[in-house]
Amino acid sequence: MKILLAFPKRFLIQITFFLLQNPLLGNFFRGRIYQGGLKQICTPGLNCYSCPAAITSCPLGAMQLFIGGVKHSISLFVTGFLLAAGVVFGRFICGYVCPFGLFQDLLYKIKTPKLKLRLKYARYIKYIILMLFVFVLPYVIRCELSGLGSPWFCEYICPAGTIFGAAPLLAVNEFLRSVLGWRFILKASIAVVIIIASVFIFRIFCRVLCPLGAIYALFNKFAVFRMRCDEDKCTSCGNCREACQILIDPAKQPNSPECVRCRGCAMACKEKALR
Amino acid sequence: MSKIARVVIFALGVILIALGIAQGEPFEIMRKAVTICLECIGIG
Repeated sequence: MKILLAFPKRFLIQITFFLLQNPLLGNFFRGRIYQGGLKQICTPGLNCYSCPAAITSCPLGAMQLFIGGVKHSISLFVTGFLLAAGVVFGRFICGYVCPFGLFQDLLYKIKTPKLKLRLKYARYIKYIILMLFVFVLPYVIRCELSGLGSPWFCEYICPAGTIFGAAPLLAVNEFLRSVLGWRFILKASIAVVIIIASVFIFRIFCRVLCPLGAIYALFNKFAVFRMRCDEDKCTSCGNCREACQILIDPAKQPNSPECVRCRGCAMACKEKALR
Repeated sequence: MSKIARVVIFALGVILIALGIAQGEPFEIMRKAVTICLECIGIG
């Protein structure tokens, strides 16, 4: 019990959701992936379906599958899922459910000097990646022979696929290792940069590159689960602003699209004005 | 945004999910997801 109390509630919820989405931890050593029916279900976080422990599917991978597929259409199932999840939870998904968010939080816990960056323009990159790598490129650029498009985000960027999918599979599969090429070097380089940056900068991938975060960011202002600042209780002490790792002013913008719902501001508020 | 708009978006989401299921999309997703995704690894 003492051990449990030592961890913040959010961290325990993140671990729980990680294990719900990735319960087959033994597969990491066996070098195989789950092949059962639960993979028909998408889970809202960035969780590669080629992660050996995963039992569900990634909505971004699924969306690109349909856009680049034979019909070149948007998936109704995934669109509906993202709409419903986004309007209910907004970026609470980033803060509590996403396995790659948990991974970045763990890296950020490593004791080093931290960089607080405002990312005034860089935050818009994730919207460009969403449009370009998830929708436009898989639709426009197609293989001449098959007529199929590639999942560009998975193929050239996604660090979750590299770290949780590629790394454990390559570690035990000699054949996969033998066919690696420049694309893997590109993806591995991106993953390494993100890992190193995540140690120093809070949730750098979510804030700059994540297309799923870009989708949920659109819902942050009006999602059912959103933050509220009680102006009667707020004394404008600035504790929340100091606690915010993303450098927004939670008292003025409790539902900023950039907020990943770490709730550091709410915990720093002595008056309990932020809820 | 009003409560009604939230309900409308959520209902739209549920309807799209149902339409997607009717078209067999979850099965398509599973068919892709049960094999090792070479693109995700950076081979594809």
